[in-house]
This record gives sequence, structure tokens and C-alpha cells, in this order.
Amino acid sequence: MCGIAALQLRNPSLHPRMGTLLSSMLCQIVDRGPDSAGLAVYDVPGLVSPGTSTLSLLGRHQGRDASIITASLGDLLPSDASPTVQIIGDTTLVNAAVPTDLLVKAVSETLPGSTITGRGEHVAVMKSVGHPMEIAADHGLESMAGSQGLSHTRMATESAVTAGGSHPFSVADDLCLVHNGSFSNHATVRRNLLREGVVFDSDNDTEVGARYIASRLTQGDSLEEALVNLGRVLDGFYTLVVTTADGMAVVRDPIACKPAIIAETDDYVAMASEYRALAALPGIGSARIFEPEPGKVYTWSL
Amino acid sequence: MVTLTLPDAAAPTEGAGAEAAGTSTIDLGTAPVRELNQALHDAVDGQSWTVTSPGGRHSLAVGITADIDVAIEGHAGYYAAGMHQKGSVTITGNAGVGLAENIMSGTVHVTGDASQSAAATGHGGLVVIDGNAGARCGISMKGVDIVVGGSIGHMSAFMAQAGRLVVCGDAGDALGDSIYEARIYVRGSVASLGADCIEKPMTPEHLDELAGLLAAAGRTDSPADFKRYGSARKLYHFNVHNSTSY
Repeated sequence: MCGIAALQLRNPSLHPRMGTLLSSMLCQIVDRGPDSAGLAVYDVPGLVSPGTSTLSLLGRHQGRDASIITASLGDLLPSDASPTVQIIGDTTLVNAAVPTDLLVKAVSETLPGSTITGRGEHVAVMKSVGHPMEIAADHGLESMAGSQGLSHTRMATESAVTAGGSHPFSVADDLCLVHNGSFSNHATVRRNLLREGVVFDSDNDTEVGARYIASRLTQGDSLEEALVNLGRVLDGFYTLVVTTADGMAVVRDPIACKPAIIAETDDYVAMASEYRALAALPGIGSARIFEPEPGKVYTWSL
Repeated sequence: MVTLTLPDAAAPTEGAGAEAAGTSTIDLGTAPVRELNQALHDAVDGQSWTVTSPGGRHSLAVGITADIDVAIEGHAGYYAAGMHQKGSVTITGNAGVGLAENIMSGTVHVTGDASQSAAATGHGGLVVIDGNAGARCGISMKGVDIVVGGSIGHMSAFMAQAGRLVVCGDAGDALGDSIYEARIYVRGSVASLGADCIEKPMTPEHLDELAGLLAAAGRTDSPADFKRYGSARKLYHFNVHNSTSY
């Protein structure tokens, strides 16, 4: 069992309340996965900045002072890159005005032991071990403004309880995946992806799903097509939520083993494992509330 | 208080003590679920209860053994009205997984949709869902009557042993898989029938039975519009020709 709560705010006037609303949703799914948690937040001022790349690194301690990391990145990157390093809760965020791939290369050289858990222009990914509400508080979720948010509480089944094994998995620019369930043939799919040259960060089954989606998107699939293909290749129980720079998708396995409920209004789309996580959202009384059908891919755009 | 629409959910009867005349209200915005369920377990016949701000909380109004009316004003979470034995529970909203699971008797009414496994393993009583029900509705039902105003999901009435399932909309895949002696009535389409489930003729007996179920659910659908499904009885009888297969 794991818990998922995701929110896409279509009405910009709600953006200042993104963190408050997501936090109220997360609070109701703690019981479903109290061992670790993760958050992906989009377009949060102060965490990401338009036209620049941001990497989210696992852990607040990278073995070197932030000032030394900044200086080292400055040496490796073009002179106008203006790299910055900041610590948010248990996450280190690195930002620079360069393409993401270049920043990944510079960070890998500067901090060879680091784990990049999020990348892109819009997203910051924060994950850790411990009580989900404490993790959210450590990262200051409540005060965050933003366009989209994705949260996950984990009850580990397929791999160890580690920060790296927490969701979301973000393996391509601004792409995040969370998963409630388990993939039974992830080892096989992992071997196939390894042969394609894909590199993995963890033993986690969900990472295989995320790498598979990223691989399909690289080959030209739309997000919807990638998720349909995932249903053909990966076997198991799942409710998945995928977020991109401007979109969100939900899909359940073909026999609907894992729960999902969606509330849609003109102002937002919210998805959660259980209705109680949606109960406190504004205008929920008049929202269109439904459970996604098994095997059907649902997508929404900002 | 919510108006109860079920015919047998009449106003509280006289003579059940002074409290029976009024309706008690429990606000789950402030009171814990345990307090609600304890109050309902301590209740006596004829009392009425209104539950406000349910907020999708789980296990609301479970295990009721007195002839009381409970109105839940809003959406309920998992296992609402589970193990229901007497009286009526009305949910003005949606219900989560496992609505009225293992209901023994009495009535449970949901005005919105119900999630998966509604009335699972129910032994008796009546469960009315005005909206749609998710997958596995009436799974392993053992005597409960279920009336769904909308459609039901896949694998509904799986291994259904007894009782009646009425669907005014459509049914999903594998309806009545491995069914025993339950009766299924569907007005709309059936995506597919499960193993050993077949369409059966509607006789006057079945039309009468269906009319009674629809009336009990407060519905006006015409029984003549429905088709009946049930067991071909080939799966659960031992066939001597298969003896070498075991």
C-alpha cells in the first residue's frame, strides 16, 4: 500500500495556495505509507526559475560546502551560467542558466557520489525517509506557490526503505512518476533497458517504470502512448500518476487493483488514493468526482 | 435530516424511549469515528442519527445491530455500513471501497456512486446505489439484494452464491464469473459474461421478482427492459468425465 496525492492548478489565482492544498491532501494519505515520502512541485518561485535548469540532489549533505560546490560549478560551466546551490530540507537544489544535460555533467564531475532525483526547468523533487508530514514541513511545502504538485507516501514492498527508493522518480526533464502497487516483471524490463544503455539509480521497480516511460518518450511516444505501451510491457498492480512541465496523467492497471479517485473543476484537477484526501479542497462539493476506469489513460494539460 | 427514500426506512417507531423521538447529530468534523460507531452500537430500536462532515472517513456506521436510521450527509470512505445487521443507513454522496461488506439484513442506500466490492459477501438485506458501482460489485454475495441505478464494473457477482443483483445501466467484463445460484438482472449491455454465466429466459416469476426489487429501491424502471443472467451449473457440479483431471 502506498498513498498518492496530486494536484494540477488550472486557475492561476490558486497558485499561491498550491503548497497549502497539497499539504492538506498529503496529510490524509500518511496512513497508506508512513515510512518515507516524496514531493514534486512545479514552478515554485525560489526553487526553480524560468529559462534556467534546476537539479534536485538527494540529501542536504553533499560532502562539500555549498560555496565550494558553487565555485566548482562556476569553473566548469560557461561564465554566464551563474550557478547557485541551496539546501531545502533534506534536498540540495542546484540551478544554473545552462541546458540540463550540461548541468548534470558539471554536477556529476563536482559531486561524483551524488544522486540526482529531479531535473528540468520547472520541477523540484524532494524526498526523504521518515514521517511524510515531517518531510513536508522540513521542505516548507505549506508556503510554496506553484502550478502543480505531486506527493507520495511509501509503504515499501519491492526494495528497501531509503530516500532513493522513495517516489517520485524523475528521470527526464520535468517528468515525474509515482506509483501505488508493484511491477512483477521489473527485472526483465530493467535488463532490456540496460541493454539499450539506460542507467539506473536504484533497485526500485518504479524506477523501471519511469525509465521505460522516458525511453518511450525519447522514441517519439506522446505521454498517453507511453503509458499505453507501459501497460503492454510491465505486468503488475499499479495506479500511476505522471507529471510533466505542463501536464498530468493517471492510469490504473487493467484489473484496477489499486485505488484512485479524481476530482475535476474548472480551477483544478486533483487525484488521490482516497476521497478523504480531496475532501478539504475548495469547491469540492460541486466538483466532478470519479474513479478512473481500469487500463484507461487520463491526461490533463495546464 | 436527510429524507430517506427507501419504503422500509420509515420514521422511528414510538415506544423506544424518550430519545427515540428526536434525531441525534454527530459532527465528524469534531468527533472521532470511534465515537460515532460506539454511539450507534449503544443505540436502541427506533432512534435516528445524522452524521455530518463525514469527509470520506473510513468505517462509518459499521456493525449496526439495532433498528435505527442513520443518515450520513456527504461522502463516506472505505467499508461504510459494513457488517450491517438492522435498520437503515443512507449516504447522501459517494461511498468508497467495500460498502456494506458482509451485510446481514437491513438496508443501505447510497445516493451517489460506490467504489469497488460494494456489498461483497453480503448475506441478506438490501443495498441500493443510485449511481454507478465499481468493479467486483456483489463479489461472493450470499443472499443480499443489490440494486444499482447506473452501471457496474468488471468481475461483478464473481462467485455469487445467492441473492439478486439488479443493474439499471451496463455491466463490465466477466459478469457473474463462476456464479452459483444468484440471479442477475441487467437492463443495459454486458461487456462480457464470466465462466459458466449465461443469459436465461425471463419468466413471469422473474418479472415479478424484479418488479419487487425495483420498487424496494424506489425505482420506476420497467422490468420488461431487463435481461436475466445466471449459472449454467456446469462448473460447480462434479462431472465424472473430468475425474481423471484431478
